[in-house]
This record gives sequence, C-alpha cells and structure tokens, in this order.
Amino acid sequence: MKKQLTLSKEYLKGLWDQNPVFKQALGLCPVLAVTVSAINGIAMALATTFVLTSASLIISSIRKLIPTQVRIAAYILIIATFVTIVDLVMKAQFPELSKALGPYIPLIVVNCLILGRQEAFSSKNTVGRSLLDSLGMGTGFLIALFVLGGLREIFGTGTLLGFQVMPDFYEPWLVMILPAGAFLTLGLLFGAANSYLQKKEQDEKNYLIEKYLKAKKEADEMGGQAKWN
Amino acid sequence: MELILIFFSAAIVNNFVLAYFLGICPFIGVSGKITSAFSMGMATTFVMTITAIVTWLIYHLLLVPFQLEFLQYVSFILVIASLVQFVEMFVKKVSQPLYRALGIFLPLITTNCAILGLALFMVLKDYTFIQGVVYGVGAGAGFTLAITVMAGIREELDLADVPKPFKGVPITLIVAGLLALAFMGFSGLISI
Repeated sequence: MKKQLTLSKEYLKGLWDQNPVFKQALGLCPVLAVTVSAINGIAMALATTFVLTSASLIISSIRKLIPTQVRIAAYILIIATFVTIVDLVMKAQFPELSKALGPYIPLIVVNCLILGRQEAFSSKNTVGRSLLDSLGMGTGFLIALFVLGGLREIFGTGTLLGFQVMPDFYEPWLVMILPAGAFLTLGLLFGAANSYLQKKEQDEKNYLIEKYLKAKKEADEMGGQAKWN
Repeated sequence: MELILIFFSAAIVNNFVLAYFLGICPFIGVSGKITSAFSMGMATTFVMTITAIVTWLIYHLLLVPFQLEFLQYVSFILVIASLVQFVEMFVKKVSQPLYRALGIFLPLITTNCAILGLALFMVLKDYTFIQGVVYGVGAGAGFTLAITVMAGIREELDLADVPKPFKGVPITLIVAGLLALAFMGFSGLISI
C-alpha cells in the first residue's frame, strides 16, 4: 500500500505537484473556454471547487454503500445534482456572470477532473482526506485558471480584473481573447512549466553525477595511492 | 435551406472543438493517428445524432409538460450514459467489424463534453426536432473534421524537431491554436 501523506501534503499536492491542469491535463474544456478574463476564470474555478468538494464529501462518506458496478453512474448523478444547485444559485445571485459563463456551468458535470478525483481518491479514502484533496485540487485549478485568464485579459484587453494595467499606447492583441489565443497561451504555459521541470530534473541529475564523480575521484586517489605505493 | 445553414454553422463556422472548446480531451488524447481519429469522429457523430434525437424528445415531451426543466442536467447525463452503453451493446451484437473499429472509443464518449454540450445548446437555441437532428449531425461532422485534420498534422509533426519541453501536449495545443485561427476565416460566413 502507498504510504499515507501527511494531512498538509494532502492539500498542498494539488497546488503544484499534481496540479490538475498543468500536470494531469484534466478538465481542459472549461479552462480554455471561460478564461477570456480573470474574473470569469475565478468564478468558474470556484464553482468547480464547490462541486468537487461537495461531491467528494458525499461520495467518500457513502463509498462503502455504492456497488462497484454502478459507481460511475452514481458519481455522475451526485455531481449533476450539485451542478444544478450551483447553476440555479448563480442564475439568481450573479446573473451577469452566469450569462458570461453560459453552458460551461452545466458542463462541469462532465469535467473529467471531478469524476477523476472521485474515482482515484474519494472512493478509497476517508472523508477528511477527501475534503483536503478536493480543496487542494480546487485551489490548483483556481491558480491555473487565474494565471491563464489574467494573461489573456492583460494582453487581450489591457486590463486585469477590470483595472487598466497596460499603458495607454498599448494596442490590445485581439487574438488573445479569441479561441485561438486560449490554445496558444495554454500551450506556451504548458511548455514553460515543462521546461522548468526538465531543467530542475537535469540539475538534480547533474548534481548526482557530480557527487558520484567526486566520490569516484576521491576513491581513485586513495586507491591510486595504495596502488603506487 | 435553413437546415443546410444549421449544418454548416455547426460543422465549420462554430466548430465544437475549435470555437466552443468542447471535446478537448479526445481531441488531444486520440489524435495520434489518422485512422483512430477518424473512427473516434465517426463514433462521436453517431452518438451525437442519437443524443440529439433522444434528448429533444425527453426535454419536450417529458420535462417541459411536467415543468421539470431544472432536472435537465441530471436527466441528460443519465440518458447519455445509458445511451452509450446501449449503443455499445447494440453495435457489438449487430456488427462485429464495426464494434472492433468503434468499440474502444464508445465508453470514452460518455465523458466527452461535446455530447452534453450538444444537448444543452440544442435546448438553448430552441431548435425544432428536425433542426436539432441536423445540428447533431453537423456538430459530429465538425468534430470529425477537426480531429482528423489534427491527427494528420500530428503524424507529420512526429518527424519534426520539436523543442523538448514542448513535445506532447504543449505543441498539440499550439497546433490547435493555429487551426482555430484558420477556422476563424470562416466566421461571418453564416450567421445563425
């Protein structure tokens, strides 16, 4: 059995080590679709986090009651119920935001991130751990959506969260708020994340090789001395 | 005439993948080879057409008369999941070659957001039955077109010297971005 993580790590792993967007490439549809501006990204991430956390709570607490054969259908039903709640609340409280996000709120039902976490985590772990895990994944999702939405908003309209950040002479890049901009920005961010990781890996490797060579050299010197004498 | 417009609008101008970002998971996951991409596209078109028919009937004959519209997400996803299961069993029974070609892709389709997206858009746009079915076929054709073109590009890309950090998902996303730019050329062609 896998070693149990400490509780804080259970939460923190979602932020970067297993970031749902950059590491696992899960739930990309809403990531690309709603990140025209930072505020849309935040709203989407919060809605997703709510559904993810509530579904995780319910599913982890009744995980022993759900027969294995119909578990996927049961998960989807539970998720769809919470999505309906979110959709109705958003329509009543934040009609503008709900209009901007449009059909992508109901589409949280088929977000593979949520179903994936239920299948991979909540169905096997206690309520507390599932809560931490889903909150962590939700935060990771929020970070990714905020970064992507913020970048697209800054370059596409010259503002961030509605405040102007670019100087007046800045000509907005229209392409950033079009579908093409979403693909390009996410692709570049993905590449940047990968190159950072690969560099870190390479550094670690280099460090190990250096350590090995040094140890070998020392051993050789010792051995050499022994041989020559 | 209107039906033709709906078809081309769903297939090309408002392509599900490149304009609405629906079905990105299979678009990136199954676009490695042209043959499998085309099969995936065909399977999706098939399910989309049936979904359009069934969800239209359920929405207009069951949910609206009983004022149960708030149940639409729950009922649509249940219908789609059981529909896919049913289609899989049916295809397996009727045609073995077809099952071998489509079989492994069918279970993946349940979580393809393009299918649920289709059902939701159909309700949102208030289509009649015939229009809905044409919309479903058009959306499926658009998905097939996008995923096949993508697979063709990726097969060529295998021979290209992509910078190491960009191998895999990142370069696929960037290619998709360029494809989306290309498809933008169609925008304004039909406004519906």
